[in-house]
Amino acid sequence: MAHYTPPKQGKTSQLFDVLVLVVLTFGALFVPLWMGMAGAAKSVATPDPNPTWETLGQTPAQAAKYEALGYDPASAHDLILARFDYSFSIGALLTMIVVIVLYYVLILRFSEVEYREVISEKFGRE
Amino acid sequence: MADIDITSQTIDGMGPHGTKVGLLRVLGPAHVWALGVGIVLVGEYMGWNFAVGKGGAYAALIACWFAGILYSCVAMIDSEVTSTVASAGGQYTQAKHIIGPLMAFNVGLYLVFAYTMLEAANAITAGYLFFVVAQMTGHAGDLDQRPFIILVIMFLAWLNYRGVLATLTFNLVITAIAFCAILILFLSTSGILGGGIMEHTALFEGHELPYGWIGVLAAMHFGLWYYLGIEGTTQAAEEVRSPARALPFGTLAGIMTLLIAATLTWYVCSGVLPWEYLGDGVNGSVAPLFDTARLSGSNGLVWLLGFGTLFATLASANGCINDASRAWFAMGRDKYLPGWFGAVHPQYRTPYRAIVFLVPIALIFALGAPLDQVITFSILSGLLGYTFMPLNIILFRRKWPLETIKRGYEHPFHPIPAITLLTLCGVTFFAVFLGYGTQLVAMIGFYIVVSLWFHFWRYRFVNRGAQFTMPWPKPQGY
Repeated sequence: MAHYTPPKQGKTSQLFDVLVLVVLTFGALFVPLWMGMAGAAKSVATPDPNPTWETLGQTPAQAAKYEALGYDPASAHDLILARFDYSFSIGALLTMIVVIVLYYVLILRFSEVEYREVISEKFGRE
Repeated sequence: MADIDITSQTIDGMGPHGTKVGLLRVLGPAHVWALGVGIVLVGEYMGWNFAVGKGGAYAALIACWFAGILYSCVAMIDSEVTSTVASAGGQYTQAKHIIGPLMAFNVGLYLVFAYTMLEAANAITAGYLFFVVAQMTGHAGDLDQRPFIILVIMFLAWLNYRGVLATLTFNLVITAIAFCAILILFLSTSGILGGGIMEHTALFEGHELPYGWIGVLAAMHFGLWYYLGIEGTTQAAEEVRSPARALPFGTLAGIMTLLIAATLTWYVCSGVLPWEYLGDGVNGSVAPLFDTARLSGSNGLVWLLGFGTLFATLASANGCINDASRAWFAMGRDKYLPGWFGAVHPQYRTPYRAIVFLVPIALIFALGAPLDQVITFSILSGLLGYTFMPLNIILFRRKWPLETIKRGYEHPFHPIPAITLLTLCGVTFFAVFLGYGTQLVAMIGFYIVVSLWFHFWRYRFVNRGAQFTMPWPKPQGY
């Protein structure tokens, strides 16, 4: 292929490109946090109004460790009883799989087109 | 006989386009080990314990070993490819030569985000450590952690700015101390030296698998944290004296060290701390090895593990700045990013503009996001990178079979490690989906958008043939 000569990029354009990347990065990472969609929060399904080590499901050995760490049943209540919710919908799972597969297909196909140009220019056609 | 012998004296260490210019070649295998283990060892000091919270102590152990298999595959695959790529950028440069520019751009971003987020997590932990030490030494009131977070990031960035040899020699020393601290804690608390304090049976009673087997799958998410970053050894490719020998040696020695450290860490912490406390890295045990030392009753162990935690966080943040800046620099040099970032310091020969540019980004995340979210961002970027590696090695072997390039290291049983790695990545994607599906989709959405931006806009500024810088023959099939 003919040798490709890239255009020279001005300083303003370079700065703009950096800004685009930075804004997209912060958007992707912070927007789920700001919108409260970050997930992974634990919750206590059935709080115990008068917790004891026994009602919190702790054996004497386990209770002794909590006491050594400075906890009593009341202060350890949320720490011990909070649980993750792992329920999910098949639709959400399928959506995630499709998004991941589409992403890799997209970059592999575009990469292949670009790569053929690189090899062609570097080594020439034989 | 192979067409190209990458281990020969003429080609080993050859820079881009067959030159000797570029970053300063001063590092040996021990520095490579220190870079890899230094980044990762903090994973034993904090963060891995979220895996306990996700599925219980046994789940965290199973995740530790399966993640160990995942990273052993990563280390083997990486060692083979990187022993032939003596240029900064690590997996980014590999992708550029083997798969194509857009893949390389994505991999470069995975690296930068994984390491910058890990650096932010390290700074948060260092700040917490100063907070705890202040409380233990009688400080009244809450100590503001932010100045310490800022100080850690700024000091290490300055160290990186000044030169790679001093940076990684510093890492070598503090990583060795942090690793020895884990060994001493294990020997002192397990009953090998003096009385043991392990109570696994009593602490696990009634809580063996609190979420059942789905908890084991969920634990794989944070199981990666035991080892995340070992692949960073490849970033030193342009700064080691003999890439073909030092990179495989340092990387494989590194993963062996980490497999030992991870298992010992799980053993001592889960035998002393109740699983609910151990598994909550925000409200419970932020620094589990340090907390284990506190319950040991030995002031010497408390100080040793306190310094071990601090050194591990510093070594990791230090290595992360090193790696993220090399990836950013390499992308700037190729014009994948504005070429301004591709500058080398005239005196220190470090990628100083990339180092300085990434400082405020790390600070914003360290000061503005909770620890588990920062860790998740890092893990997600790492996971996307590990998914690329099996594709990378399969295409590398196909385009340059063994007889065309003599490698410094050939990984065994190909393609079994690649298939194993791909399968374990699939399992981990599911584990992330169970708790952090929104972040996963948001992050992949981000990569899709920036990929389109790169392909349709940014790539016009890139020289086509000049991207291929290694002294390799033409790939087969082209």
